[in-house]
Amino acid sequence: MSTGTIPQTDKKEGFSLRQLIPNDVGQLPVVAALIVISVYFQFDSKGLFLTPRNLNNLVLQFVTIAIIGLGATLVLLIGEIDLSLSAVSAFCGAVTVTTSVNDHFPAWEAIIAGLLVGAVVGLINGSLVALLRVPSFIVTLAALIGYTGFLLHILLPVTDIHLFDPFINGLTSNYLPNSLGFGLPIVGVGIYAAFLIYGQIARRNRGLATIPTWQLGLQIGLVVLLTAGALYVFENYLGVPYVAVILVGLTTLVWIVTRFTTFGRHVYAVGGNAEAARRVGINVTLVRISIFTLASTLAAVAGILEASRTASAFAQVDSTLLLNAIAAAVIGGISLFGGRGSVWGVLLGALVIEGLLNGLVLQGRNADVQEMVEAVVLILAVIVDAVLRRRPGS
Amino acid sequence: MVANASGQPDLRGEPRLRLQGINKSFGAVQALRNVDFEVYPGEVVGLVGDNGAGKSTLIKTISGAYTVDSGSIYMDGHKITITSPQDATRQGIETVYQDLALCDNLDVVNNMYLGRETTVGPIPVMNEIEMEHRTIEILKTLNVKIPSVRVPVAQLSGGQRQSIAVAKTVLREARVVLLDEPTAALGVAQTRQVLNLIKRLREQGLAVVVISHNLADVFEVVDRVIVLRLGKRVATFDVKSATSANVVAAITGAEFEAGENAGMEVNA
Repeated sequence: MSTGTIPQTDKKEGFSLRQLIPNDVGQLPVVAALIVISVYFQFDSKGLFLTPRNLNNLVLQFVTIAIIGLGATLVLLIGEIDLSLSAVSAFCGAVTVTTSVNDHFPAWEAIIAGLLVGAVVGLINGSLVALLRVPSFIVTLAALIGYTGFLLHILLPVTDIHLFDPFINGLTSNYLPNSLGFGLPIVGVGIYAAFLIYGQIARRNRGLATIPTWQLGLQIGLVVLLTAGALYVFENYLGVPYVAVILVGLTTLVWIVTRFTTFGRHVYAVGGNAEAARRVGINVTLVRISIFTLASTLAAVAGILEASRTASAFAQVDSTLLLNAIAAAVIGGISLFGGRGSVWGVLLGALVIEGLLNGLVLQGRNADVQEMVEAVVLILAVIVDAVLRRRPGS
Repeated sequence: MVANASGQPDLRGEPRLRLQGINKSFGAVQALRNVDFEVYPGEVVGLVGDNGAGKSTLIKTISGAYTVDSGSIYMDGHKITITSPQDATRQGIETVYQDLALCDNLDVVNNMYLGRETTVGPIPVMNEIEMEHRTIEILKTLNVKIPSVRVPVAQLSGGQRQSIAVAKTVLREARVVLLDEPTAALGVAQTRQVLNLIKRLREQGLAVVVISHNLADVFEVVDRVIVLRLGKRVATFDVKSATSANVVAAITGAEFEAGENAGMEVNA
């Protein structure tokens, strides 16, 4: 059996701390920032910050940013940008609300209507970008303006509609029964660990370089610890909220698609060098259109959850939402230049932003301070991105 | 037709790739005039000529970027048509352009397999283990040395990147490899790496075509030199018996006396 030692002069791959940590958990700066934020606000708020009740609220607020951030991440990965995600999100939420309230659609059909509209919007944006090669900045800027107007239009003559559907409203106010609340995370983590261990054994059997066992243990341990921590927080309040399941489920799905499928690899390739991707026969146009479609559909999910949380559709688009979502992606290590970063980072990035905002609110600070602090964090994140980019290949 | 002064090519049987009477015009400019070209399995051919002599046009014709106006292309004696890069790839013709076309953000394994990833059965999930194993195997065969097959190619040196781009063609089961200025941007040691790699491609029985301005490199690695001037094939040299002065004379069209040009076939 071949061992691969001849071409690999450095089989251990032990160059730096950054490389020792696998890419998917390689979010050290963000994790450090999260810990600093938690510890600081915990002391400053005299123990209020890290209470299960507060953290539970934080999670409900952060879901919207995180899911839109997930969409923004996909678009950033192919080296494009989508400025319309927040407008599309609000618009699709409003579609679900109006079809439910005005047209009396049953819950599922109203939800599917919202998702479909999101997909179509993304398909149009993506086609303009991919087929006509109009810069995505302009296409989605136009979409941002257009769907903000369309949102106003479909709600006319009022500026907000209340949603009474118990199922849709329940998405953000209901909690899993304890059996599922404990069961799902345990099964999920179990599958993750099993795949890692299986991969390690399969690599060893094939004679390939493997990571040290302690590192594998550390990686699994970290995920177990994170999951246990989240469970502790949720179970000490009202249980695991549905939205947490939706968020983690969507993130896992996007992660699997981007990390393990050929389509995902082509996404990274298009972001890294679109011309090279085209020359090896990758359908770059199709990849671009698919990504814009997926991103807008994710935005629609966020919009429907937001409508559920507020039990309403509003005629106004939250102007900070989009920038917060893109900031979450960038803070989470997604490169603005395309092709670099892992989707889990966006959750961490969103946690940093929402954690900061939540902590500052506990301190009684207003929007003035909140936004200035957020600006500093965003700049720091972009500097980290730029510096990493300058260091070849990291 | 090629006047066969050295008498050698006929002994090697059928060329892997043969072009006959290729013409290609861009508007009023005739870039290729009735050009014949042939490369044999296990042979490295150097394609040289001044700027505008038609080297790039010829390469792009073979790799499917251009379609010919007239003329025939044969692969192992069978007539083929190449009208797109996909046609060329299907025939086993792979081209490494100067820009290498690598994705800097992806690691070596992913670059090697880009666009034809090995999947786990019918589902589009990649079989990373198989891909990595095969990558290491190929790099070992070609004696390409890199720190790890899992580093992003951006971290590799110019010579290593060139080597990866060439190894990629082997993984794709190329039968004819076209290299456009493979040593243009490289230092001395890295040039050596790449030249050694080209020799190993020859040992693998591939037919290799190298475009280069650097005659020292050409003489080091190729078996035959084909000279283009103003869209015509003007001379063919066997490197064993030719000097670079002969080749330069053919490239520039300088006058020369027949007696001084050992190993040369003049294409009328």
